[in-house]
Amino acid sequence: MIREPHINTALFLLLPVTAGVAWLLDEPFIITLTTKVAILALAGVGLNIALGLGGLVSLGHAAFFGIGGYAMGILASHAQSYVPLMEVPFLIEGTKSMPVIWLVAVIAGGLAALAIGALSLRTSGVYFIMITLAFGQMLYYFAISWPAYGGEDGLSIYVRNGFPGLNTLDPVQFFGLAFAALAFVLFLAGRLAAAPFGLALCAARQNAERVETVGLSPYRLRLLAFVISGAITALAGALFADLNRFVSPTMLSWQMSGEIMIFVILGGVGRLYGPVAGAALFILLEHILGGLSDFWHIYLGLLLLLVVLFARGGMIGSLVRRELAHD
Amino acid sequence: MTEALLQIKGLRKAFGALVATDDVSLTLRRGEIHALIGPNGAGKSTLIKQIAGGLKPDAGEIWWGGQEITALSTVARARAGLGRTFQISALAMDYTVLQNAVLGALGRQGGVWRFFAPVMKDPDLREAAMAALTRVGLADQAHRRTAELSHGQRRLLEVAVALTLAPRAFLMDEPMAGLGASGSKRLTGFLDDLRHEAPILLVEHDMDAVFALADRISVLVYGKIIATGTADEIKAHPEVREAYLGEEVPG
Repeated sequence: MIREPHINTALFLLLPVTAGVAWLLDEPFIITLTTKVAILALAGVGLNIALGLGGLVSLGHAAFFGIGGYAMGILASHAQSYVPLMEVPFLIEGTKSMPVIWLVAVIAGGLAALAIGALSLRTSGVYFIMITLAFGQMLYYFAISWPAYGGEDGLSIYVRNGFPGLNTLDPVQFFGLAFAALAFVLFLAGRLAAAPFGLALCAARQNAERVETVGLSPYRLRLLAFVISGAITALAGALFADLNRFVSPTMLSWQMSGEIMIFVILGGVGRLYGPVAGAALFILLEHILGGLSDFWHIYLGLLLLLVVLFARGGMIGSLVRRELAHD
Repeated sequence: MTEALLQIKGLRKAFGALVATDDVSLTLRRGEIHALIGPNGAGKSTLIKQIAGGLKPDAGEIWWGGQEITALSTVARARAGLGRTFQISALAMDYTVLQNAVLGALGRQGGVWRFFAPVMKDPDLREAAMAALTRVGLADQAHRRTAELSHGQRRLLEVAVALTLAPRAFLMDEPMAGLGASGSKRLTGFLDDLRHEAPILLVEHDMDAVFALADRISVLVYGKIIATGTADEIKAHPEVREAYLGEEVPG
């Protein structure tokens, strides 16, 4: 029987090996695709903390993805036009520095998740799904109707933002950055799941009454999980916008929320590397099936149906065939 | 007379026209086992929920030590030292037995807001969890998945998790159910000693256990407590015989 750590190692190596081979063969497009997988997987790792560990079915994670995207777009567009973001009461200028943009994205995503989560987590089940969806749609229409940052047309950034010591315009170097971010977050998420917080959070998903009875508040556990989840997804959004050098309301759309959720479900809900497997499969299908037919989503839907009906643990779950949550 | 740790005064709860808890008053004193018995549908579970904090009473007060806790949440009551076990096991079924016990120890010791160190490698938590499992006789099951346990073993795990909390009082909802004769006898012996650590408010259908253990028994019928007294007083009580024991004295 294949053990989950082996699959994880294989998945972890899959991306840099693919990018490396593409680099040797001089195929920048493949490198860019691999970068896209790493970034989307990162968004999925974020959602998986809320969905997989906390059992919070959020259909509004595009909000955080888009907030990350707009954090990049807004900061970079001001730097690009040499117009400060604001001058009163103190001067804030735009920036083209990735570390600064990432930090802003993480903080903005976390704060948005705190506000949305604080309200949404008072509900549960289908109401939680609907209220997160509603918040996502609010931000989507807000972005469409806000002309200062491109409205419906979105914002183009002409030159990719910089990272100290790297040439981010080189596809392989930008891949390295995205992959490093993914690896770092995977490491943190793995530790989080096994830490006291993770134990209590997963217990609250299985039986909230049990957690209350030992004197812990499921609401607080879930709220913090939601904030961490939103912050990670926002980081992915900032990277995604940088990959495309473009941000538009599409990043905030509910279809985007659905896609992030599909990565998690395809790969395996609650599995640390599930989103990596899911995002890789999704991009692969998009390119193989998308080349055959414009209606490739039909086949994606069919696959999703099969996974949900017959392989509840997703790709990783069906390979491992072992229940989660063993110590 | 020893001081009452838990005191319930004139508690009332109605669901529409159905009065599930009708002016209930009872006390739990230090060192005692107070059994709550009554036929099915008498409102035992509703009463337990109000004491534990899951359900708000329409009227009445609940006092804990010298403090009124009627408005406190379940979490706050657990933190104040109320150790509850459930009639229908409320455990994390995907977790191992040990993980469930560690969760209890974590609730007791604090430190849930730690995000980096593996919880199952924490020696203090493990030790506290294993100690509780050993006391109820589940130590050899520590690494089994909770969902694989028998109903009786789940009841014992409920008790073990409550033990990890080192509560000031226990609120146990049918801990004997599904245990079988020998298991039931063993748990009876265990609870007999446990009362000296913390008093127990015990809801139980097993009359042998109730009559063997209880210092006092309260009989709940249609939401009302019709009698409170020692085992002998309850057995002899005419109203109890009529309403609940059906003229036939069990035990």
